[in-house]
Amino acid sequence: MPRRTPFHEYHRDAGAKLIDFGGWEMPVQYQGILAEHAACRNAVGCFDVSHMGEVRFRGPQALRAVNHLVTNDVSKLAIDQAMYTAMCNDHGGIVDDLIVYKLGEEDILICVNAANREKDYGWMKAHNPFGADITNESEQWAQLAIQGRHAIALGEELLGRSLADVKNYWFTRGSFAGVEGCIVARTGYTGEDGFEVFLPAGAADIVWNAVHGQGAKFGLADIGLGARDTLRLEMKYCLYGNDITDDTTPLEAGLGWVTKLDKGDFIGRDPLVKQRDSGVPRRLVGLEVADRIPRQHCAVVHGGQVVGEVTSGTRSPSLGKNLAIAYVPAALSKAGTALEIDVRGKPAAAQVVKTPFYTRPY
Amino acid sequence: MAYPNDRKYSTDHEWVRVDGNVGTVGISHHAQDALGEIVHVELPAVGKVVKKGDGVAEVESVKAVSDVYTPVSGKVVAVNDGLDGNEGTVNSDPHEAGWLFKVELSDAGELAGLMDAGAYGDHAGNDF
Repeated sequence: MPRRTPFHEYHRDAGAKLIDFGGWEMPVQYQGILAEHAACRNAVGCFDVSHMGEVRFRGPQALRAVNHLVTNDVSKLAIDQAMYTAMCNDHGGIVDDLIVYKLGEEDILICVNAANREKDYGWMKAHNPFGADITNESEQWAQLAIQGRHAIALGEELLGRSLADVKNYWFTRGSFAGVEGCIVARTGYTGEDGFEVFLPAGAADIVWNAVHGQGAKFGLADIGLGARDTLRLEMKYCLYGNDITDDTTPLEAGLGWVTKLDKGDFIGRDPLVKQRDSGVPRRLVGLEVADRIPRQHCAVVHGGQVVGEVTSGTRSPSLGKNLAIAYVPAALSKAGTALEIDVRGKPAAAQVVKTPFYTRPY
Repeated sequence: MAYPNDRKYSTDHEWVRVDGNVGTVGISHHAQDALGEIVHVELPAVGKVVKKGDGVAEVESVKAVSDVYTPVSGKVVAVNDGLDGNEGTVNSDPHEAGWLFKVELSDAGELAGLMDAGAYGDHAGNDF
């Protein structure tokens, strides 16, 4: 029996194409990936991201426990502020990438990837030397991402107050669509303006209907996992399992900006310091590819030698270009470097480019 | 809706419609629906000699790439150049304007091994 989110019946009734995603039956598309991608870029999209997990850290040791687990410095967080981070294993490989929300001095909420819910919770419980109170709240929360240039206007109608005043990676709490206990965060995975709302799972119907009722005049479209992937790929946002795994480090993955090696000890720090000092051997880069669409696991070739591997690839709906994300040797990671990608036996010319690939025009 | 009965179908969801000694090949409605919006098509070179079951073309959606196996052997005598920039035609009209390539048959006897529209509908579902 596949796992389903509280919004499952809405997806089914909308005629969405449903697929298995890490054990979850999720909509991959409704009207079509290209139209959904365009709706998010040009108006506003609604994504069911309830399959993401939530883990709560409570108690006097909560903040310290989280800072021991993650690469970014959560001691810098103010209440109502969020932070993107990696969580590493003993080798500096990435257990998961997370968003940490500081609800109170002794109260932290962490959003984890769907496929990693059990792995992360187990890892956190097993690496809790300070004795924080850790609970898996994944079943209690539903989550929608509202993304696009009209997202904030829509959100303000449902919130009944300003959302524009909430800065990027901050959040506000309270009543959303009349449902108490919601967390509304200025975060997202699309490159658009927007927010993500955590809501009590039992209120899913109320929130879904309010979002869609108020959203119609803004051109709100439901967005499946297919367009979620093309949208995030245009921003070179990492997808766990593709671009980052237990065997890639945040320094290799371009997540040095959330890796605070000087914040004090944390799991994975020693191997990461070593890697920094000896030189990061490979880097995750963005590539534009001529003629052919690169796909995950395609080889990256330079001078006749395989030097790397594509971790994500697609035809960019916004740019009309073929894009890849790939690990390449550090020496070949500079923008402008010419490489080849072996697309099912045929070489395609590729060039390292600056990322994000896409920049929103507003 | 049922599949057109003027042609034969493979279990891999290609169709071939024979006119004289030339078979026109495309993918079925079921195949294009499963693949999603097609954004890229790789077609064989005209003149290429192909054998039944060879992967001779590729159709790609945003998410995935799919090989197209020729259901008949012979020589490629034409490809659908009109798809360049209009790849979505394979989705919107897979059985007519969305054809992929034409093969001059080397063995018309191969057609007997393919399914008719009724059998293919049972195989893929007449649900469109």
